[in-house]
Amino acid sequence: MKVAYWPGCVSRGFTPELHGSMAKIAPLLDIELVELDRASCCGAGVIAEHNQELADTLNARTFALAQQTGNAMMMNICSTCQGSQTECQERLDANAEYRAIVNESLRDEGLTYEKGGTLNKNLLWLVVEDIGLDEIRSRVKRPLTDLKVGPFYGCYIVRPQERLGISSDKPRDAYLGMLIEALGGTVIDYAGTHKCCGFPIITMNKEASLKQAGRHLGDALDADADCLVTPCPLCHLNLDLQQPLAERLAGRELGMPVLHLPQLLGLALGLDPKELGLNRHVVKPTSVIDWSESVVASV
Amino acid sequence: MAEFTLKLRRYDPESGQPPYWDQHTIDLEPHRSVLEGILQAKARFDGSIGIRCSCRAAICGSCGVRINGQPGLACHTHLDKALASSRDGATIVVEPMGNMPIIKDLIVDMDAVHWKKVQRVTPWLINKEPIPEREYIVPHENMVDVTQTMACIQCGACVSDCLSMEVDPLFVGPAALAKAYRFVGDPRDAQQEARLRDLSEDPHGIYDCTHCFKCIDACPKGVAPMNQIMRLRRRAGSDFGIVDRNNGHRHEKAFVTNIRKNGLLHEADLLPDSYGGKLHPRAVPELLDSLPVITTALLRRKFTPAKALRHPHRKEFKDLRDYFEKVEGREQRLELNLYITGYDEDAAPPADDAQNAPEQGEPGRTPEESPSR
Repeated sequence: MKVAYWPGCVSRGFTPELHGSMAKIAPLLDIELVELDRASCCGAGVIAEHNQELADTLNARTFALAQQTGNAMMMNICSTCQGSQTECQERLDANAEYRAIVNESLRDEGLTYEKGGTLNKNLLWLVVEDIGLDEIRSRVKRPLTDLKVGPFYGCYIVRPQERLGISSDKPRDAYLGMLIEALGGTVIDYAGTHKCCGFPIITMNKEASLKQAGRHLGDALDADADCLVTPCPLCHLNLDLQQPLAERLAGRELGMPVLHLPQLLGLALGLDPKELGLNRHVVKPTSVIDWSESVVASV
Repeated sequence: MAEFTLKLRRYDPESGQPPYWDQHTIDLEPHRSVLEGILQAKARFDGSIGIRCSCRAAICGSCGVRINGQPGLACHTHLDKALASSRDGATIVVEPMGNMPIIKDLIVDMDAVHWKKVQRVTPWLINKEPIPEREYIVPHENMVDVTQTMACIQCGACVSDCLSMEVDPLFVGPAALAKAYRFVGDPRDAQQEARLRDLSEDPHGIYDCTHCFKCIDACPKGVAPMNQIMRLRRRAGSDFGIVDRNNGHRHEKAFVTNIRKNGLLHEADLLPDSYGGKLHPRAVPELLDSLPVITTALLRRKFTPAKALRHPHRKEFKDLRDYFEKVEGREQRLELNLYITGYDEDAAPPADDAQNAPEQGEPGRTPEESPSR
């Protein structure tokens, strides 16, 4: 499957292991990535907060670049990109007059956004809907047996449900659990699975921000999770990079490893923890690495 | 008729007993509401079940509860739909709303939280002087602009699930801030700037929203409180240049400037710039506080000092500035509110059930009116 690939900013910034691990798993899932190297930041909701038309224009430009590659689908690896871009696309698709105004801005670069021409899907959606869980199961080389994984979605990929096309036919807000099971792992249900990591207010109300992260990590720990998995690099920043500070606010030791989605997929597909960049996390995923090495040893 | 099993959360703080679950099987047509189910259980099995309700038609906002973990109106949720969304496919779980103390069973103390916060935003119009002899003439598009917030029925569903309030009970919150936009967006109001200044300077005001979209999904009337909070931020920051105590506007400016300059986010600049720049007195303690985190990240090679100092992609995005100049150079910000405009006839609106669809207003684009005009 060939897709226009939008890696986002943070996967190439403070969570380089995400971009790296995606590149490693792509060939194992027969995904051919056509990287959109001229596309700009989605705005993460902040540019839209500043000026809606600006966010819509920058993302229309990204969609137009994706359409130029001739692929029907654009894939992202960030919940926040998914949510911000879907919001912009909803407005662009809803109103022809507005779309024309935005396209007028793209004209100087010779670009045009065609309505409905690109499906923008997070890796999670693509894996479940376009590759299929049966196919994933058949490719698992190292089942995640006995690994207890807590899903952490990130707000932008689960709300608002209507805009993101979440329904009983397409339970996109349950895909992480379904995928963990397909990879042979155990899904841990805890209070924070669909809650906010707090990252958007880290510079505005640090205490409230890290209290959110600390609470969810603690809830997962109490539910006996070995690790969390998230499709959102911004959540990863608050849950992993900031975990030592979150521990301070939570008033307890947490030590909860947080994996990026491609890393969890990569482990099950048989890749080495190091090539997936698991050694780059702030919270060392010892429980995960010990586990996978012991399984490797027994194969 | 069909049978439905309701599992109700019961609690009487005055009893000294802990909360418990109470289960009843009721018998009603599947299209009847969860509220009718609760009232049947109350009439047939246990008169002591506490539930608040009045109109039974999704207008009064009295019967806010959590159904299968989701906030909403009990009178506005059909039994068959509730069953379909139940976790085990067999039991409809009804709990009181969150973030508010429980008075009894499904009745929460709206006065202690919700109404107190609504009062906090001065929820009435402050007239411009001099008051005209006859009625105020208000441009149609200005009133259309605030109709979305006027659809609020004060049920508290958004307050119930607000994730910022969960960790910061002092947060003014989604319902009250949506109400604040009702007056900030009204051209007859004399105190727009003062209102914005007040809500920006309050550390638990407009910049305390964590942008989680919970309130958008919670609202049974399509008010989208989070969107109203973002409009308050746009007005406060861009129109009045109000610098808040939370670094909210500074962060927004730093972010936009960062993308304008780099195309892709350069995180190493964003953090200090959000506090006024690397050497700013505000930034120094923040950076020191983050020093252990930064050191660990460097040790784990999450980033290198060279990458932190220089953005590797910058030169590929020189043309991006033209977009910023063009869009930000417009005399008026262009804002499309789909609640007001609806969708083009040929655009398929997302699949929804009629039950939860917000009422659509009149078509017509609503550019935000800048207060300087």
